[in-house]
Amino acid sequence: MFTSNPFAELSASIPTVVMQGYIVLMVLLVIGGTILDMMHKKSAQYFFENAKKAKKSAKRPVGAGEKASIAASVLVNEVLTSGEFNNPRRRLSHLLTMWGTIIFVVTTAIMIFGYPTPATPTPALLPQLWHIGALMLAVGGYWFWLFIRVDVSAEGLPWFRFERADLFILSLLATSTFALIWSFTGGGLTIFFALFILASTVLFGGVYFSKFAHMFFKPAAAYQKKITRADGSRENLPPDYDLTDPEVQRKFPDIPMYMGKNPPNMGLCIKAERPNHY
Amino acid sequence: MPTFVYMTRCDGCGECVDICPSDIMHIDKTLRRAYNIEPSMCWECYSCVKACPHHAIDVRGYADFAPLGHSVRVIRDEEKGTIAWRIKFRNGKKDMELLAPITTKPWGSATPKLADEPAPSKEMRDSELLFNEPKYIRMDEGGLHTLESNGLEIKKGVQY
Repeated sequence: MFTSNPFAELSASIPTVVMQGYIVLMVLLVIGGTILDMMHKKSAQYFFENAKKAKKSAKRPVGAGEKASIAASVLVNEVLTSGEFNNPRRRLSHLLTMWGTIIFVVTTAIMIFGYPTPATPTPALLPQLWHIGALMLAVGGYWFWLFIRVDVSAEGLPWFRFERADLFILSLLATSTFALIWSFTGGGLTIFFALFILASTVLFGGVYFSKFAHMFFKPAAAYQKKITRADGSRENLPPDYDLTDPEVQRKFPDIPMYMGKNPPNMGLCIKAERPNHY
Repeated sequence: MPTFVYMTRCDGCGECVDICPSDIMHIDKTLRRAYNIEPSMCWECYSCVKACPHHAIDVRGYADFAPLGHSVRVIRDEEKGTIAWRIKFRNGKKDMELLAPITTKPWGSATPKLADEPAPSKEMRDSELLFNEPKYIRMDEGGLHTLESNGLEIKKGVQY
């Protein structure tokens, strides 16, 4: 079960070209949905106007080399390892769902385009990865949905309450769940296959209505944030003062007067506990 | 000075939702980002601004405090025990910074350990004095403390 390509077996009932056409259609829906989303929210316009404004208050220029290293650090830290999350549970759940989705979608496309029929035997690794991807997505997604989601963790709402913003996570969960059930029940043209296709169509077709497009604007926002740190504009935030610096102590005499010349680490305060006090 | 949220900075973690004493910071139903549902009910306590780990929440200062188009931003650093403010006017020329201590002892170290205290006597329960009074208001050492009795004096002008 884990080593057989469920799409190759399905080719007896559905022509290969239809399956491949469906994948192409989904890619087009994602591209179209993202463009519509950017036009509607004006996120690209906001990004460039914000960048222009930050440049005006820059204290030093940022060279092309530095920009490239910032882009690389955004790729490694924010994009590949979800480093922007402050909460480690959210970060882990996001990593599981993100990498699960990538592995699941990429192996699906490889199996449908590269090994569409039983005549072209699929390497055992691909179906294994397909199942692992779907499982990662399901584990990270259900963990998020039931425990980590802000509605449950901070708003105190029950897990079964959902609204339009949940279209993305719910269609992701339904896609992975029905894909796994479809595969475990032997594949073929079954009700689980129909539900799997329905869920994935909603997932990729609903980009305009869901938060799917965050994968494009979040890295751009993280890059801009790091640029403002590098050029000194810091989004108008106060500097990160070193309390032991004599210049800082001279400018702000309250610091040495009340805290001493070498203030100790005061501890985590409200950061020491999770924000669920509702 | 009610708060507002930069949607691109917010990651919907819910720290502001949790901390808002007025219960007006909530998560948007479409975008899954925080927003102030009722700015006119904002107490301007800045709890959410200080709690936000991404500095995604900002405030709109009143026009009598700083002209429109300005920016009032704050960083509370719990580990350093300080709060830093930066107020920038819209022309970019007036750019003021303030740094002040918010604690002089590590957090929690000055909290009385009530479990170690002896239970109050009947006389203490019937008294109008609160826990640790008059010790904490320091009336037991011969009257109220004044600047003069403590060797302090008021300096002229605003202290920055």
